[in-house]
Amino acid sequence: MSETNTPAVSTETETETARGVEDVSVTIESPAGPEPAVPAVSDAGELQSTTSAWKLTLREFLKNKMAVAGVAILVFFVLFCWLGPVFYHSNQNTTDLLNTDGAPGAGHPLGTDSNGFDIIGRIMIGGQTSLWIGFAAAVIATVIGTLWGAVAGLLGGLIDATLMRIVDILLSLPFLLVVLIISQRYGANTWGLIIILGVFSWLVPARLIRGEVLSLKVRDFVSAARVMGGTNTRLIFRHLIPNAMGTVIVNITFQIADAILALAALGYLNFGVRYPNTDWGSQLGDAQSNLSNGYWWEVFPVGVSLVLVVMAFNFIGDGLRDAVDVRLRKR
Amino acid sequence: MALLEVNNLSTHIAISSGSVQAVDGVSFHLEAGETLGLVGESGCGKSMTGLSLMRLLPPGGQLVGGSSVKLSGRELVDLPESEMRKIRGNEIAMVFQDPMSSLDPTKTIGYQVSEPVMLHRGASKAEALDRAAEVLGLVGLPKPKERLGDYPHQLSGGLRQRVMIAMALACEPKVLIADEPTTALDVTIQAQILTLLNDLKDRLGMAMILVTHDMGVVAGHADRINVMYAGRIVESTKTDELFSDMRHPYTQGLLASIPRLAQDNTQKLFTVPGLPPDLSNPPTGCRFAARCSYAQDDCRTEDPGLKGPKEHTFACFHPVDGPLDLTSSTTVADRSAPAAKEKRPLLEVTDLVKEFPVGGNLFGRNKAVVHAVSGVSLSLGYGETFGLVGESGCGKTTLGRMIVGLEKPNAGQVTLDGAQVGSLRGKALRRHRRDLQMMFQDPHASLDPRMRVGSILREPLQIQGIGTAQEQLSLVTDLLGEVGLPKSALERFPHEFSGGQRQRIGLARALTLHPKVIVADEPVSALDVSIRAQVLNLMKRLQASHDLSYVVISHDLAVVKYLADRIGVMYLGKMVEVGSGEDIYQRAAHPYTAGLLEAIPVPEPELEREKRGGGIKGELPSPVAPPSGCRFRTRCPLAQERCAEEEPAMRLFGDGHVAACHFPLQTPVSDTPVTVATPAGEAV
Repeated sequence: MSETNTPAVSTETETETARGVEDVSVTIESPAGPEPAVPAVSDAGELQSTTSAWKLTLREFLKNKMAVAGVAILVFFVLFCWLGPVFYHSNQNTTDLLNTDGAPGAGHPLGTDSNGFDIIGRIMIGGQTSLWIGFAAAVIATVIGTLWGAVAGLLGGLIDATLMRIVDILLSLPFLLVVLIISQRYGANTWGLIIILGVFSWLVPARLIRGEVLSLKVRDFVSAARVMGGTNTRLIFRHLIPNAMGTVIVNITFQIADAILALAALGYLNFGVRYPNTDWGSQLGDAQSNLSNGYWWEVFPVGVSLVLVVMAFNFIGDGLRDAVDVRLRKR
Repeated sequence: MALLEVNNLSTHIAISSGSVQAVDGVSFHLEAGETLGLVGESGCGKSMTGLSLMRLLPPGGQLVGGSSVKLSGRELVDLPESEMRKIRGNEIAMVFQDPMSSLDPTKTIGYQVSEPVMLHRGASKAEALDRAAEVLGLVGLPKPKERLGDYPHQLSGGLRQRVMIAMALACEPKVLIADEPTTALDVTIQAQILTLLNDLKDRLGMAMILVTHDMGVVAGHADRINVMYAGRIVESTKTDELFSDMRHPYTQGLLASIPRLAQDNTQKLFTVPGLPPDLSNPPTGCRFAARCSYAQDDCRTEDPGLKGPKEHTFACFHPVDGPLDLTSSTTVADRSAPAAKEKRPLLEVTDLVKEFPVGGNLFGRNKAVVHAVSGVSLSLGYGETFGLVGESGCGKTTLGRMIVGLEKPNAGQVTLDGAQVGSLRGKALRRHRRDLQMMFQDPHASLDPRMRVGSILREPLQIQGIGTAQEQLSLVTDLLGEVGLPKSALERFPHEFSGGQRQRIGLARALTLHPKVIVADEPVSALDVSIRAQVLNLMKRLQASHDLSYVVISHDLAVVKYLADRIGVMYLGKMVEVGSGEDIYQRAAHPYTAGLLEAIPVPEPELEREKRGGGIKGELPSPVAPPSGCRFRTRCPLAQERCAEEEPAMRLFGDGHVAACHFPLQTPVSDTPVTVATPAGEAV
């Protein structure tokens, strides 16, 4: 079969080698199944069979029980927050002053808060805000950080020094203080918080990616692209970032966890999204004064949710990091 | 009774998808005072055999039942770990390949050499240090007592390997396993270390197992040789008999595919087709059968097993009789008189200088510079191949990178086809890059692991904006065919290919833009011998069919001599001699060239044994502060005062043969200095 597919070797003197390579091509194909007779270019089956690098990562990831548990927890909370309100109706628009701080019981399985909102419903909409802001802020931070780090690492010299000193200076500012000031002035809606958190947390990913790019840019395939006449933009987007993708993805998961925690801190200090909207941090902040009154249902359910989600992201990040490492080692 | 007796040694390594039979039923014996060579290509199980003897297996590795290793009659396989620790480093010691990573960078060499003495002999610290100084003196470390407090980074590669050997010898082991002891070293240092190992073995009366991939190394230094293939020993006999009267087709093919210095370079190299088998699923029968031209049906179904008289065993049903007759082998596609087409040179390099700053301070003022390339000139005619040889650190790679424009020279010019490459910027430079392409050394690093082969090959065309997607695809498919890969390779990722196949892809990529010159930086040094010959043949064939000129950079003079029309020898940033292959090989004028030739191990036992102890002494000086005058004078046997004061100029020694030496080994044709090394035929 490989006879029909092997292109005619133009110079006859190479018969020996060509024969050898045909043998070889057969050995590579064996795991991928029989080779189709049609040109391989348009063949989807072939495409599938060649993603083994990612498959290996996935297999390694699935071996990590903590990481799989993390995914399960995360999936649960995503479904709970977005699909939950469809099945579990509760009044989250108007305060119910007759039913404030109600203990768990009929109608309100986890009680009500100081405004009379149902706690379960409150956790659902607070979770939507927290998860969405965390995710979007992490994506923004990672995009900025990746580009910043890749440019600094690739260009080197004075540009690298300047870009990285800027990172050093920003890292030395007390993050929470700056975010508090800015969110006080501009923030307090979802997009405002996303941008504030995103713009102030790209510093660590920038350093990570720069380190990665420094080791990638001396590899021969980057030199090869340069010899072809490739521009720096091409090097960054076609070669450096795709090869640093493992690091980028691992970083995103940790970044989400950090952003959710930062948002919780903001909310707790009453700089989160404004009433009647809520996030988990704001809920904790609202409830803390009531803890001494014994209203545990206003603190623990939302606190446990927050801890579980952040923990889940950290488990996933750890699992991904190990999985990506394994793939790199085998390559 | 033999000192070491190994019977049916099998090592399996568990991996996620099964187990790899890395070593499969290996049996041999080793007498006191004997050197046993263990040779084979990468992945044949030779290193794993060495590690298995010490029971130092990688994670997942285990010795399979029935394995037996007897040291002076004592079974090691089922010794408890605590007993085994007393054997390791004491009775069996090991020297590893990479002296950079096998010494602890945070401990002094005195401590590291005395450590095994304290562990095994119960010596006090002072006694152990005395012993360390003694052994370090034995391995030729100058002033050992004063250097006990040195850290590994203060020593050169050659000295570090001497320290490694001293560590292994500190307890006077009965058996020394040297696992590729010289592979990471330069040839001149390699010759020194091999001579040292041999002397020490004789003086201390120990036995040595020399594990290597290099037939030249075992030829001169082993008494008996075991040839390994796919986890098994395929042939075992005395060194001379193996080279002159081998019986296994694999041994025959391996030896025939090594390019020789004396070889006619219009002849095609013999190749062993294909690749070694996958050891997690080895074929039944003879494991070499798939690549063997003598194989018949019984080879594929039945395991031949080691047979034959005790002094010469081999595992083959259809043994061969001695070496292959290479005189009748086919010639490479016709490439007559390459320089005849055009008289003017295609590529000219004039007085190129590159200096890298080291240890600069905050304000950009640098304390020192590395003189990587100091004023090198060369020229390359149409369809010609120029070979650059020299040891690591001589500046040959930097020179190659400057030619293709990856590094900017501090001074000097590169002129291609009349245009000065250095003065081009932006679009013009990008356009110009089409004519100068590069082939890289490491086939694992030179292809982007995230791209499919199709995208990798089309990338140069996309960057240069040549052709539509359809045209690009058909060009790329044709090229793949030319380098001997099937079309289905387009959709695969680089990691699915072997080293040799990747190197073919690298060559195809360099060809996509129809360059005039390809700079090949160590194109085959990462490949196994049998694969190496395939790639070398391919490079020659494509040169003829694509009208290419090559600049081939290699530390291996035999490879360069096979490919190149003219050869330039570099030493510490300077070109010291340029000439045709025959000029360099038979009429070397510069003492460094002669020393380099002397140091290269050749796979011929008589020749190798004769030259023991010869070669260049000492180590490469630092390129930060190169010696005054002639840079080679510190290691040159002929050096006199004049060499330190005056830098020698290039003088003519014949048609296109120039060398820079005050006291050359040949008589120069004229004493007038020559400025640029010109292509053959033009100088006279």
